[in-house]
Amino acid sequence: MTDTSPNPAAELPIKVVARDVTVSYSGKQALHDVSIEIPDRSVTAFIGPSGCGKSTFLRCLNRMNDTIDGAKVGGSLTIDGQEINDKSIDPVVLRASVGMVFQKPNPFPKSIYDNVAYGPRIHGLALTRPELDEIVENALRKAGLWEEVSDRLNHPGTSLSGGQQQRLVIARAIAVNPEVILMDEPCSALDPIATARIEELIDELRENYCIIIVTHSMQQAARVSQQTAFFHMGNLVEYGPTEDIFTNPRDTRTQDYITGRFG
Amino acid sequence: MTDTPDISPIRTAVSKNLGARYRAELRFRAAGLAAVAAAVGILVILLSSIVSGGLPAFTVNELELTVDLDEELVDPSGERSEDSLRRGSYSRVLQNAIRTEFPEVTGRRELRNLFSLYTALNATRLMDEVLEDPGLIGTQHRFTMPLADDLDLYLKGLLVEERSFQPQGTLSLEPSDAGVVVRSTATDFRDLAAEIARTLRARATLLETEADRLTERAQELSGTEAEDMLYDADLNRRQAADIRARLEIDAGPIELDNSLPSILVESEGRTVRLASLARNGAGGTGEYLLGGDSVEAENAWSIQVIDTPVERRRVSDQLIVWTRALEERGAISSTFNTYLFANADSREPELAGVKGALYGSILTMIITIIISVPIGVFTALYLEEYAPKNRFTALIEVNINNLAAVPSIVFGLLGLAVFINAFGLPRSAPLVGGLVLSLMTLPTVIIATRAALKAVPQSIRQAALAVGASRTQTVFHHVLPLAAPGILTGAIIGLAQAMGETAPLLMIGMVAFIADAPTLGLEGFTEPATVMPVQIFLWSDGAERAFEARTAAAILVLLALMIGFNALAIYLRRRFERRW
Repeated sequence: MTDTSPNPAAELPIKVVARDVTVSYSGKQALHDVSIEIPDRSVTAFIGPSGCGKSTFLRCLNRMNDTIDGAKVGGSLTIDGQEINDKSIDPVVLRASVGMVFQKPNPFPKSIYDNVAYGPRIHGLALTRPELDEIVENALRKAGLWEEVSDRLNHPGTSLSGGQQQRLVIARAIAVNPEVILMDEPCSALDPIATARIEELIDELRENYCIIIVTHSMQQAARVSQQTAFFHMGNLVEYGPTEDIFTNPRDTRTQDYITGRFG
Repeated sequence: MTDTPDISPIRTAVSKNLGARYRAELRFRAAGLAAVAAAVGILVILLSSIVSGGLPAFTVNELELTVDLDEELVDPSGERSEDSLRRGSYSRVLQNAIRTEFPEVTGRRELRNLFSLYTALNATRLMDEVLEDPGLIGTQHRFTMPLADDLDLYLKGLLVEERSFQPQGTLSLEPSDAGVVVRSTATDFRDLAAEIARTLRARATLLETEADRLTERAQELSGTEAEDMLYDADLNRRQAADIRARLEIDAGPIELDNSLPSILVESEGRTVRLASLARNGAGGTGEYLLGGDSVEAENAWSIQVIDTPVERRRVSDQLIVWTRALEERGAISSTFNTYLFANADSREPELAGVKGALYGSILTMIITIIISVPIGVFTALYLEEYAPKNRFTALIEVNINNLAAVPSIVFGLLGLAVFINAFGLPRSAPLVGGLVLSLMTLPTVIIATRAALKAVPQSIRQAALAVGASRTQTVFHHVLPLAAPGILTGAIIGLAQAMGETAPLLMIGMVAFIADAPTLGLEGFTEPATVMPVQIFLWSDGAERAFEARTAAAILVLLALMIGFNALAIYLRRRFERRW
């Protein structure tokens, strides 16, 4: 029943491939046989009504479902051809290469500097303090936060505004130089101006990363993404170039959803 | 359109019971305020009663004597060795010193009475001073020791009711075969005689009333019970008649026995206790308690009346007179009670101190902290962050919660059976006490730690995991620091509870009388010791009245310790607290 066009943007290399991925929580199936191919260096949006499985699928990609008791993941999921559910893959290694940004900004209750430096520190990416300083500065620059916080790096990360905190969290994610960045409704707690700033940032980051974003806002999906996948009741209903999904949906459920008939 | 004013039904519905809502809120607030006021009031009463009870114990009346450290007495073999010095007769040295203060005391019984001005245990203290500095031998040494506990209480005004006055008139004290004849022109003796006559009359009336009551009761009863009552009534009437006869029929002097106030007449370093009081107010006869020759004085003399009769107090007139004399000579001074802090427990209240219990408490708490905090915190960490949520861990959780409600004495029994009987650890030792208290504190620490860990937002764990931190890194870098203030608070509440615990320690023998403080070091953990609350328990049971104030003082020390502990908790919490 899934209607998947394998590679909507043929010119880009495929980064993530899912084959018949199923997820169940304590025996209750939350995701049914999802197969999808997500290209690198582009933004892919997951849309769908609440409880449709889009966040669940997102959490499969960095194995965050492992931390939930009773969660079972089946099927095959590869990043760059490597099976990530394989026993030989350590979730710690996987998560270092697949960054994640959450719905609510969740900086550590530490300084701005320490927030960004935490990942590089635990992974041993910097041997000296100047190296670490450089990583932190680069990450903050990429997240578009450097200009605002360069003079108060030792202030607590929680002292920033909501939009700044979310950019700080993005900086924290890109400081370890991941390949994929997962974003779970990153703007739902932000005002329109901060949202616009984040969207701008996502667009900039697209050049270097494979970004997958879950959003409830169809306008946002239309604005930032190149591909869109519509989930419904644990199924991937439709997946294709964003333009096609919004202008010419093939499935009636997709059409009903994007025209606001339900959801 | 309708004529009714435009009020929506919801508005009328709300305004109808609005008054009741506000009244309910007001009632609740008033009840809350009353509860707080009651709690504060009771706390104030409790604290002020402890403070007022304990304050007298913080001062002590010390007796300073010049002791002649005669070589023959102190160093019997004359070789200055420790062995020889330990065999010296220091109690004789003290006895000689006090005898030089009162050379007129010679009789065996009088001397024994004189030596009870201080406790004989002070001889050991003198020996310790000599052992420390053998150069003192052969010199005149100023030695300070606490006054006997009852006399200390007397000087603090806690033992007897007394009054004294300076009469106007002449006084003559004249020794004779029938005792000292006291003659005076002052009116005070007449007043005292009248007062004592009144006391005796009141006593007779009381006896008669009691006799009437007994007779009345006897009429309602029969048999031996009634007979006994009638016999008692008869006895009371005879006693009353006897008293009245002494007062009414015989116009002679009133005998002052042990049931009547003591009257002491003092002039120029001589003190006479009246044995009989002339009813005409001319004076009376008595015996010398201090000095022994005749005196003629005008105005420069005093009368001291001790209203508490001898039979109802623990110190004799003689000891009071000696104490007063020493005080006048400047040999007694009231100072801060260093014995209370520098000494361990003692049978003599004036030498008893909290040092032993304080050290015992410190050693016991060290063991408790070392064992219960790490084990408790790591148990909670494992259960909360690592353990799978299944039936087995649920069972463990329920059991831990139940352990917190187990009566502490049960832990004492467990300690006795396991640590002392099975493991063979020494009795009465801080090591065992600390182990037992650790068992008691563990559930509290675990529950508090789990609550603190639960309060750490899940988003922090996710954030750490998402950047690739392992579970242990997540816990130790982020969760534990955030939970630290809560863990600290919980742990310190548990430890404070353990510090105030008595019952389990009774079971493992920490209730024994221990006269030496344990060493504050590794070996101290296995030495016999007691702890503050047990010391308080022991003293509250002490026979001597002076222990009463010391009990309250020890409670104050324990309270101070607790407040210090809690202040530390608040300080640490402030330091580790992070806002997010």
